[in-house]
Amino acid sequence: MVHTCVHWFRKGLRLHDNPALMAALRDCQELYPVFILDPHLHNDTCVGINRWRFLVGALRDLDCSLRKLNSRLFVVRGKPEEVFPELFDKWKVTKLTYEYDTEPYSLSRDQTVTTLAKEHRVEVLYKISHTLYDIDRMIEENNGKAPLTYNRMRAIVKTLGPPKKPIPAPTMEDMKDVKTPCSENHEQKYEMPTLGELGHDTAALGEEQFPGGEQESLRRLDEHMKRTGWVCGFEKPQTSPNSLSPSTTVLSPYVTFGCLSARTFWWRLAEVYQGKKHSDPPVSLHGQLLWREFFYTASVGIPNFNKMEGNPVCTQVDWDTNPEYLAAWREARTGFPFIDAIMTQLRQEGWIHHLARHAVACFLTRGDLWISWEEGQKVFEELLLDGDWALNAGNWQWLSASAFFHQFFRVYSPVAFGKKTDKNGDYIKKYLPLLKKLPAEYIYEPWKAPRSVQQAAGCIVGKDYPHPIAQHEVISKKNIQRMKLAYAKKSTDAAGSPSKKKSVKRSAPSVVDMLRKKDRGK
Amino acid sequence: MKRIKGGEEDGNGSSSESSPEACKKVRTQTSEESEEEEEEEEASETPESDWVRLPQELLLHVFQYLPLLDRAYASQVCRRWNQAFHMPELWRYFEFELNQPASSYLKATHPDLIKQIITRHSNHLQYVSFKVDSSTESAEAACNILSQLVNCSLKTLGLISTARPSFMEVPKSHFISALTVVFVNSKSLSSLKIDDTPVDDPSLKVLVANNRDTLKLLKMSSCPHVSPAGILCVADQCYGLRELALNYHLLSDELLLALSSEKHVHLEHLRIDVVSENPGQHFHTIKKTSWDAMVRHSPKFNLVMYFFLYEDEFGPFFNEEVPVTHLYFGRSVSKEVLGRVGLHCPRLVELVVCANGLRPLDEELIRIAKRCTQLSAIGLGECEVSCSAFVEFVKLCGRRLSQLSIMEEVLIPDHKYSLDEIHWEVSKHLGRVWFPDMMPTW
Repeated sequence: MVHTCVHWFRKGLRLHDNPALMAALRDCQELYPVFILDPHLHNDTCVGINRWRFLVGALRDLDCSLRKLNSRLFVVRGKPEEVFPELFDKWKVTKLTYEYDTEPYSLSRDQTVTTLAKEHRVEVLYKISHTLYDIDRMIEENNGKAPLTYNRMRAIVKTLGPPKKPIPAPTMEDMKDVKTPCSENHEQKYEMPTLGELGHDTAALGEEQFPGGEQESLRRLDEHMKRTGWVCGFEKPQTSPNSLSPSTTVLSPYVTFGCLSARTFWWRLAEVYQGKKHSDPPVSLHGQLLWREFFYTASVGIPNFNKMEGNPVCTQVDWDTNPEYLAAWREARTGFPFIDAIMTQLRQEGWIHHLARHAVACFLTRGDLWISWEEGQKVFEELLLDGDWALNAGNWQWLSASAFFHQFFRVYSPVAFGKKTDKNGDYIKKYLPLLKKLPAEYIYEPWKAPRSVQQAAGCIVGKDYPHPIAQHEVISKKNIQRMKLAYAKKSTDAAGSPSKKKSVKRSAPSVVDMLRKKDRGK
Repeated sequence: MKRIKGGEEDGNGSSSESSPEACKKVRTQTSEESEEEEEEEEASETPESDWVRLPQELLLHVFQYLPLLDRAYASQVCRRWNQAFHMPELWRYFEFELNQPASSYLKATHPDLIKQIITRHSNHLQYVSFKVDSSTESAEAACNILSQLVNCSLKTLGLISTARPSFMEVPKSHFISALTVVFVNSKSLSSLKIDDTPVDDPSLKVLVANNRDTLKLLKMSSCPHVSPAGILCVADQCYGLRELALNYHLLSDELLLALSSEKHVHLEHLRIDVVSENPGQHFHTIKKTSWDAMVRHSPKFNLVMYFFLYEDEFGPFFNEEVPVTHLYFGRSVSKEVLGRVGLHCPRLVELVVCANGLRPLDEELIRIAKRCTQLSAIGLGECEVSCSAFVEFVKLCGRRLSQLSIMEEVLIPDHKYSLDEIHWEVSKHLGRVWFPDMMPTW
């Protein structure tokens, strides 16, 4: 039987390593590559302007690549459950293909669409290619649970063997019997999204540091792989959070949107490593991809993964509700230049180094402001180019010591941490130009500078630049005690009946306590 | 499981002795019934009648396993179960959770339930705690409840701030009068947790006057209105005190000597928070003889010290032997001070260093391994140690190291070991699989 097939692009915005697309081409006479602008996902609250620009770029790039194969991209606006029945009828569709996505919204949306497809007698086929492995299989291998430590996951990965090899992009040969019916007013009906379409203020856009799209992602991959020495020696913790240009690959946004296949990335690295001495996971580049796998697995195996309530692995903490603190953090005016510079780069460029993420995440939650990680998660989702549901939730819980990580005595200092890799504060000067003239001695702590120094630098604390929002030394001490309380509550809750409780455990509040919780979590 | 005692309020007047007999009665009844059932397979015995015959003591026993909400549901089933729900034994322990619903992430105890407890059960309460969020309203609500516990003979009282120290926002007189109600009425307080509250010397005097024979545990870290004299009054008269937590400014030679006096029981646990309020603060010293007296009197006591100081404020500390067992540096501490720790802390069991700096702690750690022979747990945050020195450290400590929590960035690879080789070496010496702690790459 010959098919009229819709290939539904959601993530996986690429032609290389796209098994679902290849499946669409089998016995296909008419192909409709579709992208749906879903108001639930694509609105100006969830998607900041940098992310939007990236997506628009990726879609244009996809359309461009499809044209070379005598096809086109159809951008349809509306809710998938409303859009699809129309398309099924209009185009007389017989098959629907898509790349599997594990996010809860995606799973429920896809379930709805599959039901509708069945009603319209459309065959539905999905393939797994967004992650290195089949996540459900990974969980099965771990006795039905998501592994809670990276090392445990590595052990499972060893038994599963290396990930599947990527498949090449479709060629003209593959497309020879396939047609994509395209009307003259294709541009009007299925037009590419514009920058201003969601209502963002496009005047606020900065220079595009990371253009979206498959071509760009493959080009960057080639460029980085050429630096074989760097690749082999790569150890992410040794890279700098505040170097002036990114010190890591910045391929993450491309992997998030699916412009670059994770498996392609993996196997290219394997080629470079072959025969050469190289760093090992978790610090190596392979390790980075495994971290992504780790959080995807956790997000599938743990219910309510993006929330504290109803999340069985997340410590229940009475975070403060403090809109002023949250706004100051979000808008880069905490009075701590290191934090503010990072949040400025985040808003302007959509990307910050992973250690910078650690610093601001710790600062917002257990380190200083004692605000819920769910709030930070929302801000990152909006602003980060590589913002990913699973990774965002997982990392926020990790950094706030809510899950996976319990050594809450390890707090990032908003003053000292940045100094290690950038004594002169060049990074701060780049993103907070009003602090440019402050001497290196005071640039991380401008409130300590004598009045005369502040005046000479043209930056008075309290007038031109805010006072520090909290006294780090004072507040981090309190927060460590609060964290301990939250952990103590965790163990008594597990005990159940209130009649068992006489008084909170009296033994020495110690490393032992902190670490025992960790063991329980495994 | 706690043994149930028939209380004076118990209506049917059954004493504890009758419970096992009552149990036997039920058992024989049910076994008789099962025999009957076996003989007459068609007989349909209504199961409800068995439940009615369940003695109050057993009902109570079962109810004690249920969380409050389930018990409350159970209490609505019938009058007997409702009576059981209100038995005094079920109201000995209570934790009041006071949060403002608009701003708290956690649920609060229902105000109607609070009212009910105060009217019907305040004289049953013995072990009580209050958990409050960062709003002043919640802390004030806690004080209001406290003021009404007039008929209460509390054994345990805990005031816990889960977010910000909101008890400090309550007008001091309101707080003190509420607390005094409990001190005066209880007369049998054994455990008191009042960290981060505006408690003062006069109220401590009231505490001592009424509870000196029973007080065993007192936690009052970060109580700025108390003076060394105030806490000395407690130590001088409460000879049963076993656990004490306070800030360093309240510690004195006299206090330690009072805790080591002949009449005093062995101290089990002393926690001291050393906190700098302003950079460059001066701290007094404690004489070695005072510490020696403590160790002589209570050879097994845990001395837990939390240091939140700036690097240049450590002058008065660790120049002589100090019997600290659990040592925690909340901020950056210099190599030099860690060197002194190795020299002067022979009783050290646990050590946590949040941050140190960029110079490796090789010698300091090895000295600690050699001289702190009781060390069994260590945690290192932002520090640096060369891999070889770290392996040497673990080798010297051997299997006594039950907790080894090192961030992966702490370990600096050298000519002998790389990061992946080190986890094998360390695992070998520890006798179990060990990995450094890692942070995810975001």
